[in-house]
Amino acid sequence: MMVNVLFYVFGAILVLTALGVITARNPVHCALFLVAAFLNSAVIWLLLQAEFLALTLVVVYVGAVMVLWLFVVMMLDVDVEKLRQGFTRYAPLGALIALVVAVQIGLVVHVRKLGLGDTAAAVVDRPADHSNTQELGHLLYTQYLYPFEIAAVILLVAIVAAITLTMRDRPGQKVQDIGKQVAVRAKDRVRLVKMDAEARQ
Amino acid sequence: MLAQYLPILIFLAVAGAIGVLLLVLGRLFAPSRPDAAKLSPYECGFEAFEDSRMKFDVRYYLVAILFIVFDLEIAFLFPWAVALDSVGIVALAAMGVFLLVLVVGFVYEWKKGALEWD
Amino acid sequence: MTAPDFAISLVYIAYALAVLLTFGAILTWVERKQAAIMSDRIGANRAYVRIPFTQVKLIWLGLFHGMADGLKLLLKEDFKPLAYDKLAYALGPWLAIVPVLLVFAVVPFGGTLDPGRLFPSLAEWFGGRTYPMQIAPIDAGILIVFAFSGITIIGAMLAGWSSANKFSLLGALRAGSQLISYELVMGLTVLGIVLIFGTVNLGTIVERQSGTVLGFLPAWGIVYQPFAAVLFLIAGIAENKRIPFDLPEAESELISGYFTEYSAMKQGVFMLSEFIEIAVIGALFVTLFFGGYNLPWMNDTGFVFPGGHAVPLSHGWVVVLQLLTFLGKVFLLCSFQILVRWTLPRFRWDQLLRFAWKFLLPLAIANLVVTAVALWAQQA
Repeated sequence: MMVNVLFYVFGAILVLTALGVITARNPVHCALFLVAAFLNSAVIWLLLQAEFLALTLVVVYVGAVMVLWLFVVMMLDVDVEKLRQGFTRYAPLGALIALVVAVQIGLVVHVRKLGLGDTAAAVVDRPADHSNTQELGHLLYTQYLYPFEIAAVILLVAIVAAITLTMRDRPGQKVQDIGKQVAVRAKDRVRLVKMDAEARQ
Repeated sequence: MLAQYLPILIFLAVAGAIGVLLLVLGRLFAPSRPDAAKLSPYECGFEAFEDSRMKFDVRYYLVAILFIVFDLEIAFLFPWAVALDSVGIVALAAMGVFLLVLVVGFVYEWKKGALEWD
Repeated sequence: MTAPDFAISLVYIAYALAVLLTFGAILTWVERKQAAIMSDRIGANRAYVRIPFTQVKLIWLGLFHGMADGLKLLLKEDFKPLAYDKLAYALGPWLAIVPVLLVFAVVPFGGTLDPGRLFPSLAEWFGGRTYPMQIAPIDAGILIVFAFSGITIIGAMLAGWSSANKFSLLGALRAGSQLISYELVMGLTVLGIVLIFGTVNLGTIVERQSGTVLGFLPAWGIVYQPFAAVLFLIAGIAENKRIPFDLPEAESELISGYFTEYSAMKQGVFMLSEFIEIAVIGALFVTLFFGGYNLPWMNDTGFVFPGGHAVPLSHGWVVVLQLLTFLGKVFLLCSFQILVRWTLPRFRWDQLLRFAWKFLLPLAIANLVVTAVALWAQQA
């Protein structure tokens, strides 16, 4: 009962903050709404007894992904007017994506009709000494071993992609080597040339 | 299990209230005599020039992206460390492969100079 | 949650906040006094409280300087920069202090409390229930620590961005990349401890650190994981943005970094959160590596020394002793962090990130691998 009340409270906040993400004018405010949305969905996962996943959601999405987001958004000088101009051009594509997402949500809501089992009945309150982390680890490293290894490869691809996209050496790039600057000695910069005094002609 | 999280919620409410209180107290007692020079952004006494938003080195993004990858790795490691006892050698070998793949990525970024700051 | 549970929760929360805020206030004084001792000065000794209608001045080693600082911060003008972003500017300091306080929710600051035995008149109300001395004795305690410490990063970045000042923005940029880099190191070192004790429950981790190894060493985390302990402490100091890792607020480069444009109590909140974080990092280190509230040869009934000497203690004394042990250890760790701060010079920015990624991170991974293999070899 209490869980249901909490679900609706946090669910309502989640919907409101998610609306904030797409309606706020300032991109940093969007990011803040997104942080709030993540925190609320973490609470909802917690209500579903997914303790480890809920906390990982906060650690990874709020602590890592949002920091990257803030890096991008804070330093961008976004011209909102310019973005608006493209609105009508991209509207059909946006509508299409929205439609796909809506269909997917519908499918998830009617997941029982797809024969994926009764999800609602599976949620029972775990005893206090139950370790969700251990349970998850046990499943992950026995039954889902193969997907886990694939995850490693995906992460590797992410590393390689990030580096190849950002670390492009442009010819003529001016780079400062602080180590070299500090280590410089007068001998390298100034050449003392001894010359005999020349007689006036 | 959920009942155990209730104290955190109470703590959040109390600590959050203390945070607000500290910030509001200053508002109540402090004088407020603003003027244009006082409120302008501090730039060592010079007039502020240009917008404070600026473009900066792409490496900051790169660090953040690499952090996400390694943070995910750590997220995988926590259940592994807890379940290692019960799963045994299979889990150890699985994590060996996982770490090997990621160490390859780490060596790659090291050799590519993604960790160089100069 | 029944009424007694609720009451105990409130008592714990009050205790935690009292401890943290007291540490935050006292440490400002400790920092000045310890710095003075280290550099052979006298240090803060001017502020005093005069007992009314007498000429008696209480100086108490300058202990009132902290109070004077607090009052000053409260009464200073609180001005806001012109081009600031209202929402983010207000949220910045709040997000800097609240998650730091919340981390303490999962730190066990004492053993098991039996309120019925402590207050016989209330025994019936509590019905013989016992409570671990921890605000939220949840299983995934370590994950909570990382979840909350991730939020403080956002606080620092928001504060820097919203001030519309170049120094602040640079500070925010540095704060973001420094904190995430050292958080990785912290996560990997903690994993060594998780492997050894086989749980992410901080309460259980501390319980398993009672007793001894090899007959004479206390079974503390630092004995099993000495490398991880050193790496954790380094990463912890870096997470707190203190010298030698104070690049985000390096005063000779960035005025005061991401909170340059904050004044009066708002700036005070950033300072307070830094000092509270010293205590929180100390508490985490004590919990993971220094046996928490455990003293060698002490258990829930008293001391049992090797050779069979037993000193039984009443429940009340055990509780008090455990609380004091924990606070004492945390204070020691705080003092050590202040020692580091007044000993080392500041890193350069490139050194700071290279140190995290090229030195600490490989070491932490190596430590983890060695621990896992050693554990497996021991079982086989």
